[in-house]
Amino acid sequence: MKLTRKDILGIKDLSVDEIDLILDTAESFIEVSTREIKKVPTLRGKTIVNLFFEASTRTRTSFEIAGKRLSADTINISASTSSVVKGETLIDTARNLEAMNPDAIVIRHSAAGAPHMLAKMVKQSIINAGDGAHEHPTQALLDMMTIKEKKGKISGLKVAIIGDIAHSRVARSNIYGLMKMGAHVIVAGPAMMMPRNIEQMGVTVHNSLEKAIMDVDIIMMLRIQIERQQQKIFPSLREYSNYFCLNKQNITLAKDDVLVMHPGPINRGIEISSDIADGPYSVILDQVTNGVAVRMALLYLLIGGKS
Amino acid sequence: MKLLLTGGRIIDPSQNLDAEMDLLIENGKIATIGKNIRTPDTASRRASTGEITVIDLRGMFVVPGLIDMHTHLREPGFEYRETIQTGGVAATAGGFTSVACMPNTKPVNDTRSVTEYIKRKAATCNLVNVYPIAAISVGSEGSTMTEFRDLQDAGAVAFSDDGKPVTDSALMRRALEYASSLDMPIISHCEDLQLSAGGSMNEGFVSTELGLQGIPTIAEETIVARDIIIADYTKTILHIAHVSTAGAVRIIRDAKERGVRVTAETAPHYYTLTDETLREFDTSTKVNPPLRTVEDINALKEGLRDGTIDVIASDHAPHASTDKEVEFEYAASGITGLETSLALSMKLVDDGTLTMRDLILKMSINPAAILKIPKGNLKIGSDADITVIDPGKKWTVNRDSMRSKGKNTPFHGWCLKGKAILTVVGGEIKYRESL
Repeated sequence: MKLTRKDILGIKDLSVDEIDLILDTAESFIEVSTREIKKVPTLRGKTIVNLFFEASTRTRTSFEIAGKRLSADTINISASTSSVVKGETLIDTARNLEAMNPDAIVIRHSAAGAPHMLAKMVKQSIINAGDGAHEHPTQALLDMMTIKEKKGKISGLKVAIIGDIAHSRVARSNIYGLMKMGAHVIVAGPAMMMPRNIEQMGVTVHNSLEKAIMDVDIIMMLRIQIERQQQKIFPSLREYSNYFCLNKQNITLAKDDVLVMHPGPINRGIEISSDIADGPYSVILDQVTNGVAVRMALLYLLIGGKS
Repeated sequence: MKLLLTGGRIIDPSQNLDAEMDLLIENGKIATIGKNIRTPDTASRRASTGEITVIDLRGMFVVPGLIDMHTHLREPGFEYRETIQTGGVAATAGGFTSVACMPNTKPVNDTRSVTEYIKRKAATCNLVNVYPIAAISVGSEGSTMTEFRDLQDAGAVAFSDDGKPVTDSALMRRALEYASSLDMPIISHCEDLQLSAGGSMNEGFVSTELGLQGIPTIAEETIVARDIIIADYTKTILHIAHVSTAGAVRIIRDAKERGVRVTAETAPHYYTLTDETLREFDTSTKVNPPLRTVEDINALKEGLRDGTIDVIASDHAPHASTDKEVEFEYAASGITGLETSLALSMKLVDDGTLTMRDLILKMSINPAAILKIPKGNLKIGSDADITVIDPGKKWTVNRDSMRSKGKNTPFHGWCLKGKAILTVVGGEIKYRESL
């Protein structure tokens, strides 16, 4: 089975069947990365462009490795983000890339909707690798894959997402995905970091870490963007970490077999203490491992040969 | 040169007129209104000779020329977006005989020379009456007041720092006092720039889902309230531009009930579209203030119905494709409006919000009164500025055939009903659609 859609722009428009298909396919790709020769010929002769307008190490590397393990040719482009500065517009960049006839374009951009604009303009498959505070579908897919792997299911689980929800694309994509798959999602953070009407997305909202993680199966900690403090959105990192850092004490409020997740990069001692990040509950590095498999699955399902 | 418009339904609320009659124009003025007008040179009434043009308008509405008191003609400085010429053509095609243009040009219309340039250029184009609105502050930078009296003398009809709200309350107070002493309105673009900072759409559930920074309704309402409080204290004349929120409607209604001399306008997109339209990240839906919610639409319609909102203005904001074909948050704000304003407003007549009479008040008579220009009526001896509307005409909005240089409309492909088919300015036909 293949995905019939051209692009992966967000979790919001994926069906449960599509998510299941992606996760199942990803599972089958796990094994490739454990081989002595970590390569299959599935996408030989295909070209994938990683077009990154925003700094990224993990996601870009993950996409690059995913493409290479499928034998695709991958090209990385790190572009300047600002079309406000007189330069080539995103559309012109995309049209130039299109003219070189790649098979897929993976885009990361600081502006919400940039991948959607691209998807309308070019015939290639577009994969959203994060657009502003909007969506980060591959992150949510690898998170769901990790949860499924560790818990055997997603449905019925209680998942708390903690941090700056307002500015987090990881939070949005996970809210869509986890709720579609039947989980109960709780979000928490300082009031200034809760986007307006977030409750209409169907989540439970708290302003305290302790309340939010009570009896949950999964805790997802979000990275605090240091620059938000400069924008005066919250008073200080000190206060934030005093009240919203996941540590040995407060984690006892969650279920005994709680999983701790983080999309990375982590700020040790700010949103997550080192002993938690490196401790037994943490599946942070499993997320990274699964990220490669999920991205292999997506590339295969979008541009793989006709089955 | 004479023009005889026969058989149309003449609707002129300024003289409580609503009847099927003929209207004769002579020397640019309205000469006669009456049943079956015959003039010596109409041997055969239906014929058009060199002496007199007779147009049969049975089934059509003949109304005082429409006035758009909030447009951006972009000239001087941004001629790639619009010019006084192209904006004038678009205006007449949209049924407007007069427009007032905002000062955020380059240079800003903050001196007599710019005002005079606009007037001179408009006279050369000879399409619509163009009434410049001058800046409140030099460069619209919010610090030094412009020379109000000199600008008035040059032909400015109002003052506004549209697009760049006056943040300094003391400046707003002085501007209101000075303008009122000249019997001129201040038109306030109400936006608290700290509250709206970084925003590109309405703050609410949709912005939360899209991850776009929101512009909260309070960014508009706090300044509406501030300006009303200042106008009340100083007993001055204030006009609120492009009202978009339910809260602003409520604040203005309360102020009017208390006798504050405040008037207000809204634009068709605010009572037609909600922020739900942004879900495709189509930059033609990006506008400031932003498209709001169904609750706001309902409040705006109620405000139009009960008279809280006096005027429908297009806030015609033409942009070039290069301004719009970029990432949503980098895209320029604004909707091209002159050619869709009337038909979108006639939907309000269809849905029972307004009567046709109310609509003419809000699109001609009230703007004329607020700007204190001798327009907005079909009285004998008045300038023959006349709009003829085919109320039943169905047409499809096509951005590619718009006269404006700005093709930035979220209404492309919409099927609308009602259209200006004949626009007469100063007795001359400036736009005529084949019947």
